[in-house]
Amino acid sequence: MPLEARGIGFRYQRGPWVLRGVDLAVEPGELVGLTGPSGLGKTTLARILAGYERPLEGNVRLDGGPLPVTGYNPVQLVFQHPEKAVNPRWRMRDTLIEGWEPDPELLKALSIERRWFDHWPNELSGGELQRFCLARALGPRTRYLVADEITTMLDAITQTQIWHVVLDIVRERNLGVLVISHDRPLMKHLCNRIVDLESVMSDFPAAAGEGEVGVRPSDFRI
Amino acid sequence: MIAPEASEPKPILDVRDLSVSFEQYARGLQKKTLRPITSLSVTIRPGEVLAVVGSSGSGKSLLAHAILGILPSNARVTGTLRHANENLTPERQVALRGSDIALVPQSVGFLNPLMRVGAQVRSAAHNGNAAEAQRAIFARYRLAPEVAGMYPFQLSGGMTRRVLVSTAMISGASLIIADEPTPGMHSAVVEETLGHLRELAGEGRAVMLITHDIEAALTIADRIAVLYAGTTVEIASVADFTGDGQSLRHPYSKALWRALPQNGFAVTPGAQPVLDELPPGCLYEPRCPMSTPDCTGARPEVRALRGGVVRCFHAA
Repeated sequence: MPLEARGIGFRYQRGPWVLRGVDLAVEPGELVGLTGPSGLGKTTLARILAGYERPLEGNVRLDGGPLPVTGYNPVQLVFQHPEKAVNPRWRMRDTLIEGWEPDPELLKALSIERRWFDHWPNELSGGELQRFCLARALGPRTRYLVADEITTMLDAITQTQIWHVVLDIVRERNLGVLVISHDRPLMKHLCNRIVDLESVMSDFPAAAGEGEVGVRPSDFRI
Repeated sequence: MIAPEASEPKPILDVRDLSVSFEQYARGLQKKTLRPITSLSVTIRPGEVLAVVGSSGSGKSLLAHAILGILPSNARVTGTLRHANENLTPERQVALRGSDIALVPQSVGFLNPLMRVGAQVRSAAHNGNAAEAQRAIFARYRLAPEVAGMYPFQLSGGMTRRVLVSTAMISGASLIIADEPTPGMHSAVVEETLGHLRELAGEGRAVMLITHDIEAALTIADRIAVLYAGTTVEIASVADFTGDGQSLRHPYSKALWRALPQNGFAVTPGAQPVLDELPPGCLYEPRCPMSTPDCTGARPEVRALRGGVVRCFHAA
């Protein structure tokens, strides 16, 4: 059963609509690419799909019902900047086992070394931290992964290492993945289909890009 | 090192055998030495864009900090840094940074959040009418006049980029160091930012583009220096990055090129050595498919090869 966004609308206070009328579905085992200019709301949509924000209009359906409010969330979000997604005052071991206790095979597949467990986040590189964030998100009850620019900050070799592991796990467990990226060649390589956020907003926000003072204007059309 | 050809202008910056190390207390009074940069050599000439490409931890940001003289005080630096044929001493670094050597930093975090951006740009001007220069540069970068009165939080990512480039522009620096200016930006904004850097080189300045994104580097650079574990493994012209990487000289550059999704997405196992346990021989040896016993015994020197330079015993 799919993960669906139905008619999603979102804005901050009385600001312009960030998202309006967004329809999107990801099936199990499917990798869907999501692209669109900066500032259009890709990350906001990711946060809504994973339950971090509640949409003001529309809803997110998992297997035809709402996302669970308590307990383990089967839709896991992995962020672009791993250093901002881990607690700087926790040792890596504690971050790793926050949601579940990853098995040795997964750690091996992700090349996570045991000697990193006692380190603090600022002692590891971005690529190393991102491996921890993926291990944390890939618990047995995870069914959908929302990957928001997860390898944008990494070099090409680390990027392939990480994606090859994720692809293996996704195939093995039949997970659905939303791949958010600006990198067309990467998405072409990974995804079954690529969706442009502008094309799935049935009611495109007219306010975007007008750039009033005090409102964050989207930079792409100035 | 190879001598530059007679027709080429003299380098504005010449970095030779730069090494940077830090001593850290590991446990109790046990010290360990971290070597983030080992024998790094690059040159850059007026009018040129040199891209410095490497993964995180390859020493590329520290290289920028070493040039600007803003390394932490416990850093030990060896090797020579020359700017316009003069030794870049700490005193000269203080005199030159911000005026003749400018940094285009990575993010909005480098702007003062409590100061209007127009004033921040004007504060980087060193001669002439700062207000007029700021207005002209904003117009050139398609920043509306009212943007000068805004605070950093009011700007979008693309506008912030243009403000950061404006500060480098107004300073009139002859060497501009851009540290990771593009990640996570939409392609139109990436192209625009890179285009601005290319324009600065077109005016006769030297631009050092520090990035992990080899594709961004290829769009504007003349030459690319590939860093691995704090050393220059190869310096190649942009034209060498083509096909399946057959024109590249070092096995790491080839692996980096072939890892791009459009070039096969090939996996290379392993990771950079940790900084307190560098291998005694070639720094790439533990991961290298061409490794032989020679490679574990000694570090290869930089040598000229097919119009570029490479640090590898076996490159041909």
